[in-house]
Amino acid sequence: MSAQITFRDLTLGYERHPAVHHLNGTVEEGALLAVVGPNGAGKSTLFRGIAGLLKPLSGSADLAGLDPRHIAYLPQSADIDRDFPISVFDFVALGLWRRKGAFGGFNAADRKSIEAAITTVGLSGFECRPIGTLSGGQMQRMLFARVILQNARLIVLDEPFNAIDTKTAADLMMLVREWHSEQRTVLAALHDFEQVRANFPETLLLARTPVAWGATREVLTADNLARALQMCEAFDDAAVPCADVKPSQAA
Amino acid sequence: MLDVFAIPFTDETARRALAAIVVLSFGSAPIGVFLMLRRMSLTGDAMSHAILPGVAAAFLLSGMNRIMMTIGGLIAGLIVAVLSGLMTRATEMKEDASLAVFYLVSLALGVILVTSHGSSHELIEILFGDVQTIDAGALYLIAFNTTLTFGALAIIYRPLVMECVDPLFIRVAGRAGAFAHLVFMAFVVVNLVSAYNALGTLLAVGMMILPAGTARFWSRDMSHIILVAIVSAIVSGYLGLVLSAAADAPAGPSVVLTAGAIYFLSMIFGPAGGLVRRFAPGRHLEA
Repeated sequence: MSAQITFRDLTLGYERHPAVHHLNGTVEEGALLAVVGPNGAGKSTLFRGIAGLLKPLSGSADLAGLDPRHIAYLPQSADIDRDFPISVFDFVALGLWRRKGAFGGFNAADRKSIEAAITTVGLSGFECRPIGTLSGGQMQRMLFARVILQNARLIVLDEPFNAIDTKTAADLMMLVREWHSEQRTVLAALHDFEQVRANFPETLLLARTPVAWGATREVLTADNLARALQMCEAFDDAAVPCADVKPSQAA
Repeated sequence: MLDVFAIPFTDETARRALAAIVVLSFGSAPIGVFLMLRRMSLTGDAMSHAILPGVAAAFLLSGMNRIMMTIGGLIAGLIVAVLSGLMTRATEMKEDASLAVFYLVSLALGVILVTSHGSSHELIEILFGDVQTIDAGALYLIAFNTTLTFGALAIIYRPLVMECVDPLFIRVAGRAGAFAHLVFMAFVVVNLVSAYNALGTLLAVGMMILPAGTARFWSRDMSHIILVAIVSAIVSGYLGLVLSAAADAPAGPSVVLTAGAIYFLSMIFGPAGGLVRRFAPGRHLEA
């Protein structure tokens, strides 16, 4: 197996303040990695960096030649205009964007795959509904259906099970395991340690700097978690420039 | 009595005015639908003021020449659209704020330019337009702009919808969203400049926003909304011209007033979120 993502002394942040500080390591192709840590630990920032939405302050995240466009990225609070007059079917169909572009028509096979994705997430019967009428859990199911259609090698899910009921979370977790069995690389930011222990072989515990990274049961120890909680302090407005930067790697 | 409804067909000038409004509807209404859905209705309004210095500069150079003034407005509008777009990306300023800055400066500049060499009568005509003075050249120009708009919207439709509904998704997927936004803003300007000929710079945005708002009360489906917007724009244009002739009122404001009346009727009776539906929805259903 080869590396899908290689972090080389990666620092991501806002206005020169680091939110992810000096991250090193590799995510293997086909890995199922949970990213855990307290609020403000830099989980979302890390994912934004991987998706190409945020330029590193220094260091790099090497995607092994994978174009950022081939990443399926599901942000924590998707910035979706729920009042927009678009049906569930049409919204899910946007997952085919990379293959269809601006003009490509949907043939019978495409329609079938769109319907199949909607059925897989348990939303059949909702195809013609405007997206504004969906509940929070149904919305999340719909977003997962779009991820299915994106057919991406790398899937990045930022707190995908927030504020949804256990049944929906379990259904969607099944889907994540299926992606894992299809050798896709899946990263998910999570807060439910039980869920992480039950489903994710590998875990990265982040508290701005990486606290621990490895097999889940070795990472999620009481000791590590206590350390992570301590390390996550607020930005220091008077902070001096970090001395630990090799200028040649600055992006 | 019924003769009044035939007025827009009676002579060459009237027919040209009607044709201009109908053609205008096909471009402005769909653009307005997207402006409204992107919550940029007031942005359109701001842009319409931004074309004024271009119109004024052309007026100084060549007098009351429709074609020159249209081209001048087009140049000024595009400059403001691009500059405010660049400002937004380069600084922390939000697009609406930087646009407001540019349009205020433009409007002030435009008024000073016009009044320095023209009369207040001419300023009024530039600000409020006069659909009765549209000549064949201006009509062709409007038709040309509308055709371009239709073509462009067909090309950017899908990325533009994505940019509206889930901007982050399309940002990860590439540059198509930003490109669609830029092209869209350019065509907002093109259609404002077209509409300026008929309605003047201040009311030009009326043919975009009012029909779009009307349509939103009648459907929750994108293609239906665009269709309803176009039809309601045409009807407002025709009835507005009738009203203008019957009451001897200026044409531009009459058209906008009519569109406003249709909007308020739709707000009351429209099935998609109108007042009647809201407050008298009927008995609740089984499931």
